[in-house]
Amino acid sequence: MTRRQRRDLLLGLFFVSPYLIGFIGFMVLPMLASFCFSFTEYDIFNPPTWTGLDNFARLGQDRLFWTSLWNTAFYTVLSVPLGMSVAFLLALLLSRKLVARPVFRTIFFLPSIVPLVAAAVLWVWVFNSQYGYLNWALQPLCDLVSLIPGLSVSPPNWLQSPTWAKPALVLMSVWGIGGTMVLYLAALGDVPKTLYEVADLDGASALRKVRHVTIPMISPILFFTLVMGLIAALQVFTQAYIMTKGGQPGVSTLFYCLYLFQNAFEYFRLGYASAMAWILFANIGVITAIVFKVTGRFIYYEGGGAE
Amino acid sequence: MKRGPILTHAATLALSLVFLFPFVWLLMSALKPNEFLKQWPPVWVFPPTLEHVLGLFEPDSPFQFIQFLCNTLYVCAFTVTGHVLASAMVAYGFAHVKWPGRDLLFYAMLATMMVPAQTMMIPVFLLFRKLGWINTFWPLTIPALFGNPFFIFMLRQFFLTVPRDLLDAARVDGHGEIAVWWRVVMPLSVPALAVVGLFSFLGAWNDFINPLIYLLDETRYTLSLGLAMFQGQYEVQYGRLMAASALMTCPIVVLFFFTQRQFIEGIKMTGIKG
Repeated sequence: MTRRQRRDLLLGLFFVSPYLIGFIGFMVLPMLASFCFSFTEYDIFNPPTWTGLDNFARLGQDRLFWTSLWNTAFYTVLSVPLGMSVAFLLALLLSRKLVARPVFRTIFFLPSIVPLVAAAVLWVWVFNSQYGYLNWALQPLCDLVSLIPGLSVSPPNWLQSPTWAKPALVLMSVWGIGGTMVLYLAALGDVPKTLYEVADLDGASALRKVRHVTIPMISPILFFTLVMGLIAALQVFTQAYIMTKGGQPGVSTLFYCLYLFQNAFEYFRLGYASAMAWILFANIGVITAIVFKVTGRFIYYEGGGAE
Repeated sequence: MKRGPILTHAATLALSLVFLFPFVWLLMSALKPNEFLKQWPPVWVFPPTLEHVLGLFEPDSPFQFIQFLCNTLYVCAFTVTGHVLASAMVAYGFAHVKWPGRDLLFYAMLATMMVPAQTMMIPVFLLFRKLGWINTFWPLTIPALFGNPFFIFMLRQFFLTVPRDLLDAARVDGHGEIAVWWRVVMPLSVPALAVVGLFSFLGAWNDFINPLIYLLDETRYTLSLGLAMFQGQYEVQYGRLMAASALMTCPIVVLFFFTQRQFIEGIKMTGIKG
């Protein structure tokens, strides 16, 4: 190594040193440590004892583990596509000629910056089956349906109902899709106008233009938000911790990261929780890989090639 | 007007009302006297009251707004400073210094963005516990000094747009790399640094899980944790809760109206908050 190269290396390392220290101290080493913990029984007060694959075997038989996995899958599968669809619809509307468009854009965007804890507290009150406005708005609709003979419906109890608690959290998540909408809106603005003009000449309907021009042209950003949305949804925690008091009613909103948190910081089963953390990591890796594989050929990159 | 635009306007208006309504409900509930709060059907006209808001400033309130606000602002100030300085420094090392291993570390950094925080959570907790940092603000603030991959990525992209000639001219004039970074690149990057500062502030303001893990003492609660604990109390006072929730949200909304452009830029540049 010449003197110049050595100088450049030291200079580079100097500049990235904050990240490098954090990367090793708060990423690599903790990951290795939690990997090792996952093969131990560790309650914080006594030193960890090696138990091999015990934690993983016990997880396989842990009913709550499977429940939390199911709840999380349910939430993810509903909230991610629904959120993306609503964000896309809003972006389409806002890309039209509208009176007071900036006002509408602000209204759709604002909920996404409301602190999650504040939003959760607010939505508990919105969902309140006795005094919340949601059921007040739904009541007339239910009355209307009840007019059909043999049918009698009333608004759900939302957070108090094991059936409706998860859909309630999904509904709330749709409120916060403003960031995704902004991304779509920016992408829509970059679609060349000429493509729509050509489609017009061919007599394409509005729906066909969305299907065959808009969606392919913004597919990279759709893909990006899909991956990020999945990763975020699999880690859903705060809403359930606050709104349903740690997974109630019953265990209907016991999400994966909630159960992980309880194991780690309430039952002090650190080895067990570490095993769960690594399973989560593996799941996210596998799901991301699958999404890459499956959607890869549907994505259109204007430059011609994927990186 | 043709039929199409009218339909578009009607749909947008209807949807915007749906999105806006929780805010209206929040403000109304925060200003409703107790006897109107639990009425069915909800009442939309009532004499507004400040009793819930003022209640949060009383010394016996379980939600100590001023105290929690000070704690949160302390954490925010520290975090923003740390994130901006550290991320900018690292970003310069990735953007304008050529050294062996640079690209490898850069791609490793991008890959780590996918690792869920839960994987590191327990050992990091044990480390901070060993250092005696439980129930202090250190676990919330010190990690900011190591930068953040999202911010580093964003700033690197921005630094790359600074013309090379400019940097070389400064080097020819005898400036060292640190001076080039600090005196040439940083002043040109104020808009990008502002975006990073804004998102760092939001992150610290909204953070819930870290205060939940590390802060035990009520006098140290941040707004997030304080609000969550207030909500978790045995007897729930909805008026006060809504007032507290509104007080926590207001600064963010005000901040948004002053920094709309940075907000939109930041989202476009990193895709966070999506």
